[in-house]
Amino acid sequence: MGILFSFFAVVALIVVVFVGVQGANLHYLFGVIIPFAAFITFIVGIVYRVFRWGKVPVPFRIPTTGGQQTSFPWIKASRIDNPSSALGVAVRMALEVLLFRSLFRNMRSELRDGPKLSYASSKWLWLGGIAFHYTFLIILIRHMRLFFEPVPGIIKIAESLDGFFQVGAPVVYVTDVVFLGAVTFLFLRRVVIPQLRYISLAADYFPLFLIGGIGVTGVLMRYFFKTDVVGIKELTMGWITFSPVVPQGIHIIFYVHLFLVSSLLAYFPMSKLMHMAGVFLSPTRNLANTNRAELHVNPWNYPVKVHTYEEYEDDYREFMKSAGLPVEKE
Amino acid sequence: MYNGGKIVIGLLIFVGLVISPFLLKGDKATAKPDPKVDTPEILKMPVGERTCVEDKEYMKAEHMKMLNEWRDWVVRDGLNIYTSKAGKEYTMSLQNTCMKCHSNKSKFCDECHNYVGVKPYCWDCHIAPKEEG
Ligand code: HEC
Ligand code: HEC
Ligand code: HEC
Ligand code: HEM
Repeated sequence: MGILFSFFAVVALIVVVFVGVQGANLHYLFGVIIPFAAFITFIVGIVYRVFRWGKVPVPFRIPTTGGQQTSFPWIKASRIDNPSSALGVAVRMALEVLLFRSLFRNMRSELRDGPKLSYASSKWLWLGGIAFHYTFLIILIRHMRLFFEPVPGIIKIAESLDGFFQVGAPVVYVTDVVFLGAVTFLFLRRVVIPQLRYISLAADYFPLFLIGGIGVTGVLMRYFFKTDVVGIKELTMGWITFSPVVPQGIHIIFYVHLFLVSSLLAYFPMSKLMHMAGVFLSPTRNLANTNRAELHVNPWNYPVKVHTYEEYEDDYREFMKSAGLPVEKE
Repeated sequence: MYNGGKIVIGLLIFVGLVISPFLLKGDKATAKPDPKVDTPEILKMPVGERTCVEDKEYMKAEHMKMLNEWRDWVVRDGLNIYTSKAGKEYTMSLQNTCMKCHSNKSKFCDECHNYVGVKPYCWDCHIAPKEEG
């Protein structure tokens, strides 16, 4: 059900653009107001959620690690997998954020005849994930040509490397091909593997369809239904100077692309995509394992009401004496 | 908040990156490209007929696709003549057709291309028209 629901949700978003832009001529709404609203939702939403997360105390370190913790000098400690210093944590975080290290350790488990349980390394998800995220990043960096004037040299270098194979005109970008391939892989994975299909929800399919839709409309716009990119840059530069104008004659495919991106931005803070910020706050990655080396005080400790022996004796002294029990104070 | 300092620094970096186009806009932010179509070859044409191979809107959006098709038709299929929608015939050539009329590459092609940050690699081999100055 999740699949169909998500698919038709994205189709509905596309229909909205056709009705709004082609039917009702709401170019300013779809070209300026909605993107701005989405952009603000994106920033405010993320900041709000991170602040909420920051309010939760993490008093105790959670050492789910793959290595020996620091103890005696003659026992070799695993400095990155089980760090006890800030530097070790920084390295572990960097590996996690940049190389998806814990995903790299992904295992596949199978029940064989026997019955025997077998485990094997499974790197496909890691590969698909890393291809997806890095091409996404490069595409975003290349898009910055629409938001800077003059265009910084680094973006031009990214473009020329990306178009290295010089196929066709406009040149085919390697990242576009890999990006669409990776999104397709991540989607098929959820459909083809029964266990994954069982746990997949609309909240998993919808972002995939949405991002896939953005990629497909972008590729259609660049290679098939050409549109006036100079006009589009006038629009985007209008945004950043707060004097937006909507040039005439921009193809509807651009408005579809833009509306899907706006939907993604607005949806982002309330979705699982918040893992972008969440990875930095994951307690199993960002805390040094100093459970024993340092004192950690639980911030929600309240003063515990105690009843000391002295008080006990005060309460029951007479009874104790009459029963012949020894008392400390007469 | 716990670890407030680090979280706030992280958020500042995030917000700074996201709004960087707004912060770093130069004075040229609103400058628009102005491709000049006043070359001698174009001025020779009668005023009412100063048109491109196809109409202007089409050329603006599709010229790279057209060049790609021309290239395939000439180099692979051995064709030479392109008939426009208006029925006019053109020899399909980058240097001898496009650049004959648009002999001011730096004030025409480059004007737009610099604006959108593209740098067609055609000129690695094809020879751009000589421009004085
Ligand atoms: C016969 C001369 C001639 C030839 C050949 C020619 N052009 Fe043009 N081109 C013009 C004129 C004149 C204009 C301006 C049209 C207008 O303003 O309506 C123009 C406009 C354009 C524009 C739009 C500029 C703008 O301001 O938006 C582009 C892009 C363009 N030409 C590219 C090309 C390319 C690429 C070729 C080769 C395939 C080519 N031209 C061949 C004369 C020519
Ligand atoms: C109206 C502005 C404009 C003018 C004038 C113009 N171009 Fe372009 N050109 C563009 C834009 C915008 C793109 C990039 C489109 C994109 O990124 O999808 C482009 C891309 C190209 C490409 C493909 C680049 C790539 O990525 O491989 C070629 C080739 C090209 N132009 C040739 C020319 C030539 C030759 C002329 C001069 C006769 C010319 N253009 C004049 C706007 C223009
Ligand atoms: C590696 C060198 C090289 C590059 C780069 C190159 N070309 Fe060519 N081009 C050639 C050669 C060689 C021919 C064949 C000339 C012939 O057969 O007469 C040709 C022919 C053409 C033709 C048809 C004939 C003519 O006179 O123009 C077109 C159109 C063309 N190229 C367009 C382009 C465009 C557009 C680009 C950039 C996107 C480009 N070329 C990049 C080498 C190159
Ligand atoms: C989540 C963010 C986005 C993603 C994943 C995305 C993806 C893509 C992809 C894959 C392409 C194909 C061509 C290429 O790779 O350059 C593309 C093209 C394009 N995108 Fe986006 N896009 C995003 C946001 C935007 C935004 C915010 C705008 C502008 C307002 C925009 C405008 C365009 C334009 C104009 C093209 C055509 C470029 C050309 O013809 O060369 N995109 N997009």
